[in-house]
Formats: sequence, C-alpha cells, structure tokens
Amino acid sequence: MIDCKNIGKSYVNGDVETVVLKGITFSIKSGEFVAIMGPSGSGKSTLMHILGALDTPTSGSYHLDGHDISKLSDDELAEIRRNKIGFVFQSFNLLSRSTVLRNVSLPLIYAGVPPIQREERAAAALTSAGLPEDRWNHLSNQLSGGQMQRVAIARALVNNPALILADEPTGNLDTKTGEVVLGTFQELNSEHKHTIVLITHELYVAEHADRIIHIQDGMILEDKKNVRKLIVHNHKA
Amino acid sequence: MTISDLFKETYSSLTVNKVRSGLTILGIVIGIGSVIAMVSIGQGAQSSIETSIQSIGSNLLLVMPGAQRGPGVQVSAGRGSAQTLTQEDADAIIKDITSAKAVAPEISRRYQVTSPGKNTNTQVVGTVSAYPGVRNVEVDQGSFISDQNVRSIAKVAVIGPTVRDDLFGSDTIPIGQTIRINKVDFKIVGITKAKGGSGFGSQDDMIFVPLSTAQRFLAGDTYVTTISIQAENQETMTDMQQQVTDLLVSRHHISDPQLKDFNVLNQSDIVATASSVTSIFTILLSAIASISLLVGGIGIMNMMLTTVTERTREIGLRKAIGAKKSDISTQFLAESVMLTFLGGVFGVILGWLLALAVSQFASIATQISYNSILLAFGVSAAIGIVFGYYPARRAASLNPIEALRYE
Ligand SMILES: Nc1ncnc2c1ncn2[C@@H]1O[C@H](COP(=O)(O)OP(=O)(O)OP(=O)(O)O)[C@@H](O)[C@H]1O
Ligand SMILES: [Mg+2]
Repeated sequence: MIDCKNIGKSYVNGDVETVVLKGITFSIKSGEFVAIMGPSGSGKSTLMHILGALDTPTSGSYHLDGHDISKLSDDELAEIRRNKIGFVFQSFNLLSRSTVLRNVSLPLIYAGVPPIQREERAAAALTSAGLPEDRWNHLSNQLSGGQMQRVAIARALVNNPALILADEPTGNLDTKTGEVVLGTFQELNSEHKHTIVLITHELYVAEHADRIIHIQDGMILEDKKNVRKLIVHNHKA
Repeated sequence: MTISDLFKETYSSLTVNKVRSGLTILGIVIGIGSVIAMVSIGQGAQSSIETSIQSIGSNLLLVMPGAQRGPGVQVSAGRGSAQTLTQEDADAIIKDITSAKAVAPEISRRYQVTSPGKNTNTQVVGTVSAYPGVRNVEVDQGSFISDQNVRSIAKVAVIGPTVRDDLFGSDTIPIGQTIRINKVDFKIVGITKAKGGSGFGSQDDMIFVPLSTAQRFLAGDTYVTTISIQAENQETMTDMQQQVTDLLVSRHHISDPQLKDFNVLNQSDIVATASSVTSIFTILLSAIASISLLVGGIGIMNMMLTTVTERTREIGLRKAIGAKKSDISTQFLAESVMLTFLGGVFGVILGWLLALAVSQFASIATQISYNSILLAFGVSAAIGIVFGYYPARRAASLNPIEALRYE
C-alpha cells in the first residue's frame, strides 16, 4: 500500500536549508500495524504528512496504492485523503467552536454522506474512541486534552479509511486510557483490516504494533518485526 | 457538501463574530439603501415633471420669444425676457393657421398682489377666453375671462386656488371682492379648480386677467410672452409646428431660419427635454450612492480577508480531511454573498423608508420601481461574489501543511 523510495525532505528558509528526511526507504503492506518511533525532532511528523499525501517529498518517490503522489493535482490529493486516509494530528486540530459531533462528522460532509448516516457513523466512531456520550454535544474547546485526543481519533475513524495515520495518539492520555486507545487501534487492525501507522517517541507505545520502524535524524535506524503487546480487556473508559 | 450544510457552516461562522458581521452588513445596507432612495427620488421627479407637463394641455404648441438654443436650454429659455412676439403675431396665427383648433396668446409676469390685509407675489397671466380650453384649466366658481371682458378692457380677475388661499383663506369664495395688482384694482369673477402639482407649470398659483387689460394697465405694451396653440390632433402637430414657424419667420422678416427670434415647442419636445434632464439627475444621484456601495463592498473584502487569516488552521484541517479547493472557496463565497444578501434585504427596506421619509417631509415625489429593487439584489449579490472572490480563492489555495502550522 505504502511504498517510499529514498524519500528526502528539506525546508529552505532564506539561505538556511534544513534537511529533515534523508533517504527514507520502506514499504508497508495493506493490513499492517506499524509504529514509527524516534526522538523528538527526528522527522516523524514530517514523514507522516508525506505518507498522508498532505505534503510532497523534495526527493525520492512515494506511491500510495499505486498512485505516484508527486504527479497528482491538489484536488486529486484531497480526494485520496478523503477516501483513504484518516489523520490523528499531534495537535488534534479540532474546530474549537463546533461541537464534538460536528467535528467528527466533518469528513463525512466532504465525502457526501447524507446527514442521517453522518450522525450514526460519528456516534459509532466516538464510541470506538471511548469518549463518553455526555460530552458529544460539548464544544470541542470545552474538553480536556485527553478528550480532545479521543475526538481527533474518532474523526480519523469515521470515514472508515483504509489507512489510519496517528501522530502521538496517546501523548495526552494516562496509561489506562492510552491503552484503551491502543486497544482500539489493534482491534481496527485485526478485525477491520485497517492499515495503521502509529507515530510515537515511546517504546512502550510502539510495542503494541507488529512492526517498529525506528528513525533518527531523518534516517531509518532499524526496521524490525515486533510481537504485538496485546491489550486483552479492552473496556471503554 | 449539500446546500443545507453550506447554510449551516455559513450561519455558524457569521454568528461567531456578530458585531463584525453586523458592521460589514451595515456598510452594504447603507450602500444599497442610498442607491434605492436616490433612484426613487430621481424617478419620482421624472414622473412628476412628466405629468405636470402633460397636464398643461394636450396637442399643444407653445410659441415663445427668444433665440434658437440647444434643446437642453429651451425649457428655461427666458420667458418674457425677450420681447419679439406681439399681439399681431397671435392674430396672424389665428387668421392663417386654419388647422389650429384654438389659439391663446398670453402675457405673464410676476406681480405683488394685495387683498385687504394680505398680500402675495404671484404670476399674473393676461389672456383670452380660449385659454382654459387650450391649457386645461377648469373654472370652479364663477366664470373665466370672456371675449367681452377682453374687448372692454375690463378690470376683472380669475384667481387660482392657491392665490385664493393666500389672499382670502381656504374655503372662501371671494367672488366680487377686489384685489390690487400693481396698484390697479381688479374685481374677482372666478376661481379655477385645483390641479395639484407644484413648481413647474402649476396653474393653481396664478391670476388670470384679460389680455388687453394686462397690456394696458400692467405691461404698458402689446408684446406677448407665450402663444399657446392647440392642434386638432397629434398627427397635425408637426405640420402645424412648421406652418407656425414659417408664418412667423416671414412676419419677422428673418432671412436665416437658424437665427429666428422665437421658438415653437411642442409638448413632446418639452417632455423629452425634461426627461433627459431628470435622467441625468437620476444617474448622478445613483452614481454618488454607488460610491457608498463600493465602500461597503471593500468592507466585505476586508472582513473576508481577516476571516480567512483567522481561520487558516481550520482551512488546513478541512483540506487535510479531504475538502477540495472548490469546497473551501464555495464556503467563503457563500459567507460573503450571505453578508451582501442580508445587506441587500435591509438596504431595500432602508431605501424604501428613506424614500418614504423624503416624500413625507420634503414633499418630493418618490417612486420605487420593482426594477430598482431587483437591481439592488443583483448588485448586492454581485458585490458579494466580486469582493468575496479574492479572499475565497486565497483560502482555497492555501497549502494544507502550512495552514495547519499557522499560528
Ligand atoms: N516548515 C518547516 N521549516 C523548517 N523546518 C521545519 C519545518 N517543519 C519541520 N521542520 C523541522 O523538521 C524537523 C522535524 O520535525 P517533525 O515535526 O517532523 O519532528 P517530530 O519527529 O515529529 O518531533 P516531535 O516528536 O517533537 O513531534 C524539526 O527539526 C523541525 O524543526
Ligand atoms: Mg511530531
């Protein structure tokens, strides 16, 4: 599904060139659950944006489901993101003056899903993400950090995307709630065959995936199989 | 994105900052309101001038002294300023122009007029018995100047209702009473019917006396200021206009018709001239009002640019989850069109109230046409699109990653 060849990314600000990614090569098959791990500033989020067709690499090539991402127009990229990808951003990016339900159903609006189905699917996604129902009609800026994170996860799930890209999805959660979320991802992966790319700087979190790609300074340090640390009792928080 | 989603989005984003949206709408309200009010004043003026010109008579030719001028000046060309038409000219027209149904020469000037205890300054018209038929004047009480009055140089007067009100008070019938015009006493023999209208050509504020009396006691000469000629019908007008011109050119011994010392006007000339003046007036008024509409449009653009900047992260997020360029630009265009549409609705109401107030308090006739309301809506929607286009395009072309990083 994901095929990266020698991906490089650099930013130029005036005379200063910041090289963030230096020749990243790997591929991810459909149905895999991969963790990308690395210290802060190693380029994880940058890589995720490229994988999610939000950004384009400065060198190398990236194919998503056989599409050469660098050859597509903005609108074609938008269509791919809409139909195939669910993002959980590190900084959530919720619409603060909209309700939780509205935030979660936003991707469905652009996908042209009729209003009645939107409600149902948003509710289902929120349940999987473990947000208590009494918060669903709150404005998203009235939530705690952990609650916002779960809304962000619900929004990523709602479109039933083939690929879920989650940037530090447990970063703001306590261990217990974090495990609930990780359990949700495991379930989505094993039961619904979603491809999941989990980005984290914690080994503990990465160990819940089947494969860990370790990056440092924009390069792959290690790419190894992992025995998933299974969350058994996935009771909703 | 369905229409109802678009409405919801638009509604919620416009209500986030109600004061700002309100002020921006106010700009459009004032713009549209003033355009509507100005156009209604212009059109009102136009139609009231047209009706008052129509009301001075039908199938009418007016011969006036004065040199040939451009069409724009003819209406105001000095009545009575040049003395080139005489009683004999009028007599010749009566005798030679057989197609004329009636001819009424007149001599008119403003005089100070007094009744016991009151006085006024008004138009005094010396004329003949044919005048009421030619100029559409009806007598309410008493009778008009008769041929006998003219022959005997009688000191009698027929007064308009406005003059009656000024000199004797309304609802009085001062027939038989005496008024003093230019130190000469006249006995009132009739009162004309009120025709309404004010300003141009109002025959309510006039005093009619026999032509001969006016010449002898008031003017002191035999010149006339206007000769009104009524044609049998519309068709003979043009022919008659030419005949009258030819007759007077030869009577005045004018070799070059371009240099003639009189004008023969027909009613449609006067209407056309007046209309061209009032439509320039309307265009001018609405052009001035349009400037405020333009300023309102700039206000929309300003607000939309601010909104786009404020909501950069939101735009980034929307694009990240799959909004196309057109989804984003439609959303922002919908917001600006909604602003101008609301501005248009309230603007039409404001304009209508203004027009109403103007006709109420300044007694200027106003007329609101459906066209100008439709135009106002069209213009306001167009303003929304034109001034919202650039901000919307700017929003749509944001790079999602940069937008998400925007602080
Ligand atoms: N627009 C940009 N211009 C210049 N440098 C940038 C830009 N975006 C990212 N960088 C740099 O790229 C590097 C990697 O950033 P990135 O956000 O991918 O790190 P990360 O691995 O996600 O870190 P963290 O774990 O803290 O989230 C950083 O050093 C950052 O300064
Ligand atoms: Mg990051």
